[in-house]
Amino acid sequence: MVTINGEAQARDGMMLLDLLKEADYDSRAVAVEYNGAILEKAAYETTVLQDGDVVEIVCFMGGGA
Amino acid sequence: MTESTKSTKSIEERMAEDSFTLGGHKFHSRFILGSGKYSLELIDAAVRYAEAELVTVAVRRANTKEKENILDYVPKTVTLLPNTSGARTAEEAVRIAHLAKALGCGDFVKIEIMRDSKYLLPDNNETIRATEILAKEGFVVLPYMYPDLYAARALVDAGAAAVMPLAAPIGSNKGLATKEFLQILIDEIDLPIIVDAGIGKPSEACAAMEMGAAAIMANTALATAGDVPLMASAFRDAIRAGRKAYLSGLGRVLRRGAAASDPLTGFLHD
Repeated sequence: MVTINGEAQARDGMMLLDLLKEADYDSRAVAVEYNGAILEKAAYETTVLQDGDVVEIVCFMGGGA
Repeated sequence: MTESTKSTKSIEERMAEDSFTLGGHKFHSRFILGSGKYSLELIDAAVRYAEAELVTVAVRRANTKEKENILDYVPKTVTLLPNTSGARTAEEAVRIAHLAKALGCGDFVKIEIMRDSKYLLPDNNETIRATEILAKEGFVVLPYMYPDLYAARALVDAGAAAVMPLAAPIGSNKGLATKEFLQILIDEIDLPIIVDAGIGKPSEACAAMEMGAAAIMANTALATAGDVPLMASAFRDAIRAGRKAYLSGLGRVLRRGAAASDPLTGFLHD
């Protein structure tokens, strides 16, 4: 199981880029933290998800004071 | 006549030359706008009527159902200022700053670290630690803080590019509740003081600028107003008026009595 944005999902063996495409994330607008380290966008197609991985997918939202 | 009244430049020319600097970047607009709590369609109008050059954004977990990207709604001319809202420690703020940088918007970061969920007050100690770490990494660090002189001095030593003290609890629209302490920071700290959080009305933004604040940050005051673009425009005018008043030097206040501004001779009854 892979933890994606706090949710356990059966994505073992899946390429990160395929996950982003399948879940319909805009890879241009997100940043990905993989097991605590921020990934370069080029690494999305070389990273294969494994059991126990923790993935955070973040983007900008409206915010202020 | 004072030097300023002898100036041969027009007021418009003098105001066009007025600017402040954050981490080597020059800004003419003294209105920093938050982008939270209003619809994305209103952001563009708010930024344009505010004439803001800096707009804050938050970093959050991406939601696949949310197809809209805020960056498509913010005019490309503005500098994005990501905040670290949601951080409870210096380490969490550093992590969010790194993610913001990976999202590709430059080196600016506004540090917000809050552990109190009722009053949302910033934790000055953690903020100082995060400022030191991120300034060393090359970020232009703008820390949101509780207006305490010692903490502000520590932020200067930690490498902050400006100090952002709160006027009142965030989102409260209560105005310059910390006025005396904001003035102390303006007078004693050798960095731009950007009054952040709690300002609810243009008149309060104007008052802070008259006191010598370098800029004003507002979000809720606009987001909860009846007409967001009109209020953005009202804040812009008020901030400019306050800045002009500060630059001109405010007139003195009499402790007692009165002083005529009409001639004291030539009365009709003499």
